[in-house]
Amino acid sequence: MRRDAALPTRDPAALPRIALTTLILLLLWPGFRLTEFDPGVLFDPRNRETMGRFLGTFFPLVLSGEFLRLVIKSTFETLAIATAGMTLALIIAAPLSLIVTRSLSISRIGPGPGLWPGRLLRIPARFALMLFRSVPEIVWALLFVRAVGLGPAAGVLAIGITYGGMLGKVYAEIFESGDTRPTIALLESGGGHIGAFMYGMLPVALPELVSYTVYRWECAIRASVIMGFVGAGGLGMQMELSMRMLSGGEVSTMLLVFLLLVVLADGISAGLRRVIG
Amino acid sequence: MTPAHWAAITLMLAAVAGSFVYLALDVGQVFSAEAAAQMWAYVVRFFPPDFSPDYLSQAWRGTLETIAISAIGTLLAAVCGMLLAVPASGRFGLAARVAARFVLNFLRSIPELVWAALMVFAVGLGPFAGTLALALHTTGVIGRLFAETLENAPPEPALALQLAGAPPAGAFLYGTLPNVITQFVAYTLYRWEINIRMAAVLGVVGAGGLGQMLYVSLSLFQQPRAMTIIIAMLVLVAIVDAASAGLRRGMEG
Repeated sequence: MRRDAALPTRDPAALPRIALTTLILLLLWPGFRLTEFDPGVLFDPRNRETMGRFLGTFFPLVLSGEFLRLVIKSTFETLAIATAGMTLALIIAAPLSLIVTRSLSISRIGPGPGLWPGRLLRIPARFALMLFRSVPEIVWALLFVRAVGLGPAAGVLAIGITYGGMLGKVYAEIFESGDTRPTIALLESGGGHIGAFMYGMLPVALPELVSYTVYRWECAIRASVIMGFVGAGGLGMQMELSMRMLSGGEVSTMLLVFLLLVVLADGISAGLRRVIG
Repeated sequence: MTPAHWAAITLMLAAVAGSFVYLALDVGQVFSAEAAAQMWAYVVRFFPPDFSPDYLSQAWRGTLETIAISAIGTLLAAVCGMLLAVPASGRFGLAARVAARFVLNFLRSIPELVWAALMVFAVGLGPFAGTLALALHTTGVIGRLFAETLENAPPEPALALQLAGAPPAGAFLYGTLPNVITQFVAYTLYRWEINIRMAAVLGVVGAGGLGQMLYVSLSLFQQPRAMTIIIAMLVLVAIVDAASAGLRRGMEG
């Protein structure tokens, strides 16, 4: 098929490509050492036997009445942790987001006694929001489990703090990104903070606020399952216990319930957003 | 306000009230002065953070380990994701497509942390478990994205090569791959960024990195050391955020 003998038959770009790949692998080489990378462990006969036995127990699923009752109880607990956590998050986020929203500042309009106190109040509020959302939720959960003990209370507090930080920031952004002229007009004609917010800002922002909050509630369900692994209650905590007891059938039942829960939450959240949004 | 609105609002309020009742949370107890004093006593124990040179060098090693877990995990996921994306994009027939998609969806729908807990059983405590956990979950995510990219890639270049007599593998490598490789690299780097954050906390189930150090120091009631690790996590994430934002701006401008 070769029509022109002068054309190179080999890929002219092969050398640079191989060089680049080798360079990347060389750069990552210390990483393989640091991660104690050793696929041999997977095929170590002793290890393979324990793992094989554990994996073998994943099927059939455990569907005994007693265990199912426990799973249903933990599923409700997970839902309750997510919902109560979101309520706490709202309680944290609502005032903080109002404080950090600059368009709601009366003192900004003209020189007044509130200018400096207002600015000074906004800095710690911003810092608190940043701190709340920067520490990962599972770390908050770990800390709260140590502070208030094993169980759902730690999960509620962890979700409340982390999601409070996220909601507060996003709420403030939603307030600022909408049309702020009605609010500023109300403030300039002598309206108070609350009135200006209720009649100038909230009507425009409400659909977006609700839709974001419902979406976060959906994330909170997933998060509360995961936080259970460090002892914060719900389905995750049960899953961890079953793993410890090496009963794979229970783990796979709960994984299935977890996947159904995620799908269900997705459906509820989409429905709620359609109704309210 | 339509009846649907009222129904939704009532439903939500009922869910909130029901949750507090179901968990038997004593709200008054949580916000009491006594609880606040206890909480404050707990917080104070974390300060000052342990900045002794010895522990700082351990924290530095933990940070490197976290970065290594995320990098190797993402690299493995990129390779496996690419291998699975080819059948998942329907190049080996419908049966292979359905099977590959099922595997990818399965890998993706189990959270990293659950994979990590399972991998700790498979290979023991340590960073290798975290690497495998990230690799498994990320393979699912990346494989799906790669498969979609492959499906959307223009078929003409590969077709032209095949019509000119190139073998299918050659047509794929020289006809399709050059069109999608930049997209693959972009997805991989994006997932790497997410995985650095994830690798920092995966250790709380024993999968190495900063998370494991945090877990160990909290279990030993060494709160100042735990604070050092939390600060290291925050710094790592802040650096990654800044680097990613800088790179993005650099590429746009």
